[in-house]
This record gives sequence, C-alpha cells and structure tokens, in this order.
Amino acid sequence: MIRQSRRAVLLATVCLAVAAAARAGEGSGTLAFDELYGKVGVLGLSFSDKLRALKGQTVRMKGFMAPPLKAEAKFFVLTKRPMALCPFCSSDADWPADIVVVYLDRAQTFEQANALIEVTGTLEVGSWTDPETGFVSQVRIVGARFDRV
Amino acid sequence: MRRTLFLLAASTCLVPAAHAAEIMPLDRATILAGSPFDMKVEFDGVVKPGDVSVTINGEPAAGLLGKDATFIEREEGVDASAVRIDGVSIATPGSYTVEAKAGDETKSVTWDVYGTPGTPVVKNVIFMIADGLSVADRTTARLMSKGMTGGKADGRLNMDDLDYAAFIGTSSTGSIATDSANTASAYMTGHKTAVNALGVYADRTEDTLDDPKVELISEALRRTGGKSVGIVSTAEIEDATPAALIAHTRKRADKPEIADMLLAHQPEVILGGGSAYFLPRSTPGSKRKDDENLVEKFQDAGYALATDAEGLKAAGGSNSGRILGLFHTGNMDTALDRKFLGKGTVQDFPNQPGLVEMTRVAIDQLAKDPDGFFVMIEAATVDKMKHPMDWERAMIDTIEFDQAVGVARDFVAAHPDTLLVVTGDHTHGNSLIGTIDPARGEGRESVGVYADAGFLGYRDENGDGYPDDLNVAPRIAMFSNNFPDYYETWGPKLDDPFEPAVKDENGDYVANAEYKDVPGAVLREGNLPKSADTAVHAVDDVVLQASGAGAEKFHGYMEQSDVYRVIAELMALAPAKPGN
Repeated sequence: MIRQSRRAVLLATVCLAVAAAARAGEGSGTLAFDELYGKVGVLGLSFSDKLRALKGQTVRMKGFMAPPLKAEAKFFVLTKRPMALCPFCSSDADWPADIVVVYLDRAQTFEQANALIEVTGTLEVGSWTDPETGFVSQVRIVGARFDRV
Repeated sequence: MRRTLFLLAASTCLVPAAHAAEIMPLDRATILAGSPFDMKVEFDGVVKPGDVSVTINGEPAAGLLGKDATFIEREEGVDASAVRIDGVSIATPGSYTVEAKAGDETKSVTWDVYGTPGTPVVKNVIFMIADGLSVADRTTARLMSKGMTGGKADGRLNMDDLDYAAFIGTSSTGSIATDSANTASAYMTGHKTAVNALGVYADRTEDTLDDPKVELISEALRRTGGKSVGIVSTAEIEDATPAALIAHTRKRADKPEIADMLLAHQPEVILGGGSAYFLPRSTPGSKRKDDENLVEKFQDAGYALATDAEGLKAAGGSNSGRILGLFHTGNMDTALDRKFLGKGTVQDFPNQPGLVEMTRVAIDQLAKDPDGFFVMIEAATVDKMKHPMDWERAMIDTIEFDQAVGVARDFVAAHPDTLLVVTGDHTHGNSLIGTIDPARGEGRESVGVYADAGFLGYRDENGDGYPDDLNVAPRIAMFSNNFPDYYETWGPKLDDPFEPAVKDENGDYVANAEYKDVPGAVLREGNLPKSADTAVHAVDDVVLQASGAGAEKFHGYMEQSDVYRVIAELMALAPAKPGN
C-alpha cells in the first residue's frame, strides 16, 4: 500500500517535470552541477550564462545531501557526489567548489546520503555569508523543498 | 550512595591536585639552544598569584629566561590559573629542570637544551615526504613499475639506492596514534605535539591560535642565516604537512589563517594547490571569510605567479627569485588522474604540473641562493588515496614520488654538501598479500595467495616507469587491516577516486551504495567505529632513508623529533658562543 502511493507520487513528479520541460523549453529550469560555472580556474570561478539567466527563477536540481550538523535542518549543502568528510584529512570548510547551499522553507529530516534527491526552489547567485554558521556560499536555492528521486 | 559520591569526588580532587599541573614544553622536550619558544604552566585549579613559584634549575624562571611571567588567574573558558612566559630562549646547552608550585599543586619537568657543532656539514636539505608511506607501498610501487622475475625485482626504485635508514616513531604527545599535523610538526620543529597541532604545544584553552609556540625550521633558518626555504606539495599548500613549515596553530583546519601565516613568512618557493584560501570571499571558489586577496599580496611582494604547468616553466626561468605556484583551488589531482585518466577534477584544472616538474623547478630556483636552502617536498595524495583505499591511485602517486626522488638524487650527486631525506610522516594499515585474477572466480575467489598468487600482469612498454594499464590480471591484492563498512570491488577505480563510505542520518558511516552493483562487489562490515569514514593511520614505525652529507646520522630507532635535531646539528644552527 505504501509502495503504491510512493509510486503514484513518483509518477506525479515525473509528469510535472515533463510538463515543466515542455512548457519552458529544453533544460530550462533544471540545473546540473556541470552547468554552475562557465570558467573554472586557480584564480577563481565564473558563473555560467545559464546560471546567470536562471537567477531569481524557480529551479530544480538533483544531487546528494551532505551530512548536516543537525538531523532536522533548514540549511544544508547539496553536492554532486555523496560526500564523506574526513575529520583529519579535511575540515568542514573542505567542500568541493561545485556545491549549492539549500535553504528550506521549513525543516525537513536529513535524507540518506546514499539517496539522490531533487531540490526545488528559487535560485540565488553571489557571495553570501550565513549569519548563524559563517558558511560562505556562491550559489543557493532558497525557499526550497526536496524529494527523494 | 551519597557517601560514595562524596568519596569519589574527594579522591578525584585529591589525585590531580598533586599531578595535574602541566608545563609546556613537556617533560623530556629537546630544545635547540637559542630557539624562541613560549613557556606555559597550567595549574589544575584557581591559585593565588602569591602562592605561585616557577623555577628553572632552582632559579626563578623569569630571571633565568630574562622575561617577566604573566599570571592568568582564570583562563578563558577554564576555571583554573596559568602562567606564561612567551618568546623566550635558552642560549646555553644543558639539562634544565623546571618546577612549578602553587599550594598543593606541583609539577616538575626536565628539558634537554642542545647545541650544535660550530661548522655546518650540510649546505642544502631536501626533505621529501610521501604522506602515509608504508613499507607495502614501496614494495608495490617496485613491483608495478619494474616487475619481478623468479622472485627477484627486475629493477630498482630511486628510493632503493639511498644509503642510510632509520625506523621513526610517529606517536603524538597525547596518544600512540598520530596524524599528518603532529608528525610533520615534529620533523619541522624538533618538538612532538598533539594530533591536529602545528608548531605549538597543545594547551587546554579553546582558542586554537594561543597555544605555546615552538620554533619552526624555516624560522630557525631566517634567524640564523640567509638560506632560502621552499615548500612543495600536491595537497592544498595550507594542508598539514606543508603548513608545518610556516604555521603555529592547535588546529590544522585553520586554513585561511595558515594562508596568512604563509604570507607573513614568505618562503622563497611555494608550489601546490589550495588557491581557494588566497582569494577574497567575493570571488567564486574562495574559501576565505574576508576580502583579503593573498595572490595580489604575494605578487606585490615580488613573487612570480604560476597557475599551470606552462606558467611554472616560465616562472622557473624568471629572475624574480620567488615563485608562487598555485595549481588548484583545492588538492591537486592524483598522478593517475592528471597523467592518464583525466578523471577527478582534471577537466577543470587540465594543466596541473606533476610532482617531478615541481621538484625540478623548486630545486633549480632555490639552488641559486649561495647560502643554501631547505626544501620540503610532499607527495600528499599517497595518503589521501590510502584513506579511501584507492590503492591504484596511491601506488601511482608513490611511483611519481619515487621519480621526484630521482631528481633530488641527481642534485645530491652534483652537490655533495646536500642532505637528502626520504620518508613518510606516518603509515597506514595496508599490505600487499597476493594477486587478484577474475579468471580464478568472482569476488573473494579471485584472490590468489601463497603459490597461487604468481606474478603481476602490469607492463611498461613505453618505459615511463608507470604501468601501461591498471585493469590487468593478475593485479595487486592490497587490503587495509581497518575499514568502515564498504563494498569491496576487487579492482581499480578507473572512474573517479574511491569513496568507500557516506554518512547516514544518524551520523554513522555506511557503505557507499554507488559501488553495490559492480560485478562481484561484496559488502565488508567495518571493524572501525561507525564514526570513521575511511581507513585510518597506523601507529607502525615509518622508514626514513637518507643520502648525501651527514646521512649516516640516521640509524636505528629515532623519535620524529630527533630527526630535526640531526638536521639542526648538520646545519650548525646553534654553535657554541664565546662564554657558553
């Protein structure tokens, strides 16, 4: 019974995605990790044209939820691959460059890092320091919610 | 019940009262004569200034050290008193007994202050560290690079012909176990310290930048003469091993601060990754929390900047005398990804130089200093790939390290007043136990041991020292004796570097499901606590090898801190002064 209803939700998500893609043209509204930066270099990264174009709009992005500090959190880091941060070889500051910080519209429970999730929310671009944690981010999805894919 | 509790409380109060005070530098510290250090006494409780006495060989410490002591009644966040005398030094070699008293609390430690011969034997030091280098890595690199016939190696590594060797104890001040911070710090200061600490003794306050400092090799060289200093690493240049040459911090993760310390120290040659900590926070890719632009500040200080292999070549040919080479925002990619597969982050950073080129440019540049030089060259990714048990990447990096050792050996041959040290900083629990051949069966049945192992199937037709193909049979059967939950896939990870475990919603590390469906994959239940994300360092001794001037001083068993003393003696950093 539970399985059935989950499938129904999944189907609904797929239908919505297809409808959105059909409405907005190919790829628009969806953002992939490879599409964040146009130029990557030692002296800094530059945002891609696509990222700039989607600024302020609703976007969907798939990725993995990095382990947050608390199980119930409104703030987490979305990464391209599942993350394992080693306390001795790296610090919490040792994130890869291509991460997206997600601010949820309400707290949701931490999803298994092994599970691919899709985040939907409004795209924010530009340097911003989280007042509570001091975490500096360049790309954010705010007012967001996520679902397991 | 209440009485028991009272008794327990009484005994826990009584026992530490006589023993809990701590003095830094710690008991049996070996201190280079004339080298500045911070002295700190931590009392177990709040004491009255009038009750405190700190003496050295019976004299008031402040008098002998020539500097007033500072009494701190209550340390920040600690309900206890302390005494500090910062930036002091002792010029005369000898044994110094330090006694601290306050009421019932007493503590006594003895320091060994050592001098050096008056005449240096060594002009240049090339100190090469393959991070996490175990004996198994040397064996495996030799087999993969050179091959074996009839039980005899078909060739020799550059490391195989270094002249002297010693076993090195790598333990930290607070634990038999160890990390790359305390180990590199012991090599570069002559003082052992705690896990995660660099250039300091670890005190009890929360502030990571207030711990009692000791002198770093690069500071000793600036203080005593005009030698140039070089730091080369395939890691972020702020990572523990390279940071050990320039940093004083309780916490190796203080990377923006470590970048600032690098700027303050200004070593003549800096080559590695980690540019993210040089960029102002407004620049995407930055990991700073302020608007400082360290790249510009280094350029203002006269450094030639290189950001890729071509730039490094150009900077090596410039007459600026100072080179800042930053080749990645984070850690540089492994040799396997950089040179052969193009995986990892090579697409974003396609022209990273290798350790061999970095070694060559660094030594060429530093050798222009008529006073000589000290350079630390680190193959960092050996360790960074052994943690996730990505054996092929770690072994290819070991071969690259060995080729860099070849460059250093050529320099020593032409410059006999140079000391070459080749070592790891700590080991890992990995061993080569045989071969893997899928023809024998799937999963564990593919492992061949004893007579069944036979020989390895790697070939090096183009003679570059690296196997032409890693996905051969038979291939290496290397395992770690410790691991988190993970899927063993019995073969090289030719896509991206291995990530064995990921964190779950309880904060536990569980096997990364990405590898579940690899044919033959087997779930191995970890033997480490679930908080461990990857395989850990071993406590086993490290093998240190040396050639060139003074190399015979390395022998038998030595503490990591003794290695510094040998180098200080060979470079005559504390010659006896008249009147001593």
